[in-house]
Amino acid sequence: MAKEFELNEVEVWDGNYAASQALRQAQIDVVAAYPITPSTPIVEGYGSYVANGYVDGEFVMVESEHGAMSGCIGAAAAGGRVATATSSQGFALMAEVLYQASGMRLPIVLTVVNRALASPLNVRGDHSDMYLGRDSGWIQLDAFNPQEAYDMTLCAFRIGEHMDVRLPVMVHQDGFTTSHKAQNVTPLKDDVAYKFVGDYVPVNDMLDFSRPVTHGAQTEEDWHYEHKAKQHKALMDSRSVIDEVLGEFKALTGREYKRVETYYMEDAEVALVLLGSSVETAVIAAEELRAEGIKAGIIAPRCFRPFPYDLVRDALDVPSLKAVCCMDKSAPGGAMGALFNEVSAAAYTTNSRPLISNYIYGLGGRDFSIEEAKRILKEQKAHADAGHITTPIQQFSGVRGPKLGFFETRRG
Amino acid sequence: MSTGVLGTEKRGIRELGAEEKVGWDEVTRGVVLDSFEGDATDIVHLKAEERNYSDFNSYTATVASWRIIKPVYNRDICIDCQNCWVWCPDTSIISRDKQMLGIDYDHCKGCGVCVEVCPTNPKSLLMFAEADDNEEALAGWPQKEKKEKN
Repeated sequence: MAKEFELNEVEVWDGNYAASQALRQAQIDVVAAYPITPSTPIVEGYGSYVANGYVDGEFVMVESEHGAMSGCIGAAAAGGRVATATSSQGFALMAEVLYQASGMRLPIVLTVVNRALASPLNVRGDHSDMYLGRDSGWIQLDAFNPQEAYDMTLCAFRIGEHMDVRLPVMVHQDGFTTSHKAQNVTPLKDDVAYKFVGDYVPVNDMLDFSRPVTHGAQTEEDWHYEHKAKQHKALMDSRSVIDEVLGEFKALTGREYKRVETYYMEDAEVALVLLGSSVETAVIAAEELRAEGIKAGIIAPRCFRPFPYDLVRDALDVPSLKAVCCMDKSAPGGAMGALFNEVSAAAYTTNSRPLISNYIYGLGGRDFSIEEAKRILKEQKAHADAGHITTPIQQFSGVRGPKLGFFETRRG
Repeated sequence: MSTGVLGTEKRGIRELGAEEKVGWDEVTRGVVLDSFEGDATDIVHLKAEERNYSDFNSYTATVASWRIIKPVYNRDICIDCQNCWVWCPDTSIISRDKQMLGIDYDHCKGCGVCVEVCPTNPKSLLMFAEADDNEEALAGWPQKEKKEKN
């Protein structure tokens, strides 16, 4: 039996430590991991809990992140509760195996500390790795601060392991701004946390010798499509399970989370949509602008996949809403940012049909300030007053050099 | 060709892909496929031909359609050393009680490993074109090679 870890009612934890404590409390059977900045302390923490008797599990050292996720898949197929952590290049190296985990319906939890992708090599936080994972078939939850990194990691096990879901779950937090920022975190006691997560119930486990099974079969044109359709439905339908688990978490802790967080949207005229640690910055900007008479609101998808078209649509369907800017913290690679595309799709069927523009920002950890958030919200106010988008539809925030922008429209 | 070889009545009884096609709502979750019908506790102690393989186990399927050369087995020369049985990557050498019985042509892909590892002189297994007749192959089997004198 694992020893109980003594915790204060309020701890001062950074996002990494918060996530590693959640992994310990969930009593992971296997962590197969390879270190990479800035996520290393998560698995380092788990390793120390194993060594010191605070968790009854196995730490498997592997030769790469490809090996790490492969090891996780093997352990999960064998019938264990499994988790690991990674960032950036490590995430990219895992990419092939991420699709295997979701296709094999293994509820692995991957704590991703978001970091830019090379080249140029960069260790700071942007959302390139999170965006890289968005078609991989995983559920993607986003934590905006260390408390949420802890809470979302605990919820991730409940969601992924739910019998109607059985899909892997990523819990994202921003590199350094969340992972290395120490804040007050209110943890659960070990027994309370474990009771919330519950005992792991294996499905089709390879260690069940009364029922040998094949995992990872090959399917060609006669079977592949049906399996992918079934997998997609499970991911889309996980929305209700996510709502249910977040509801139970609120009943236990008083901390309320939704698939889409909204701030001041009830009567908003202008709004920003964004993810991660920038959300708190934007909320402060909205509050300051409201004091100046601009009705600003913020929409923050907590759940990036399955994308919450339903709740984003609800958030946008405010009669007063005129202009919205989607903020993408990832180099868009020849397209509009992903949030712009998803949110535009959700907005298309609303009655308010706000003007929607796109900013790329914060690449490679470039700071995103309250002042900049206010400037962009004021720009949305100018769009609203003019009745059309007065700038290029896609712009870059906080980049040196001449203004960079793409596509224009005069349409209201 | 495998008529009369132990256990062949269940091997390769269907073409790969002949299984019933069902919709997305009926496929297994995660493409997990059962190897056996029903409880398989201690099934390891049963011989292959006694096990209740499921339709999604390749034991019952013909999975050798792409073979272009095949091993032919000559019982008259074989010393039952089991080398071929050990080395075959597709468990396509049928052997019982350490006696070699023949080749499972429903699963053999024609890789030729069995011929390579066969130690007899002449070899008890030789590769022939897929279309060649086995009886003719046996009738024309090569003679023992004499060692060259130094």
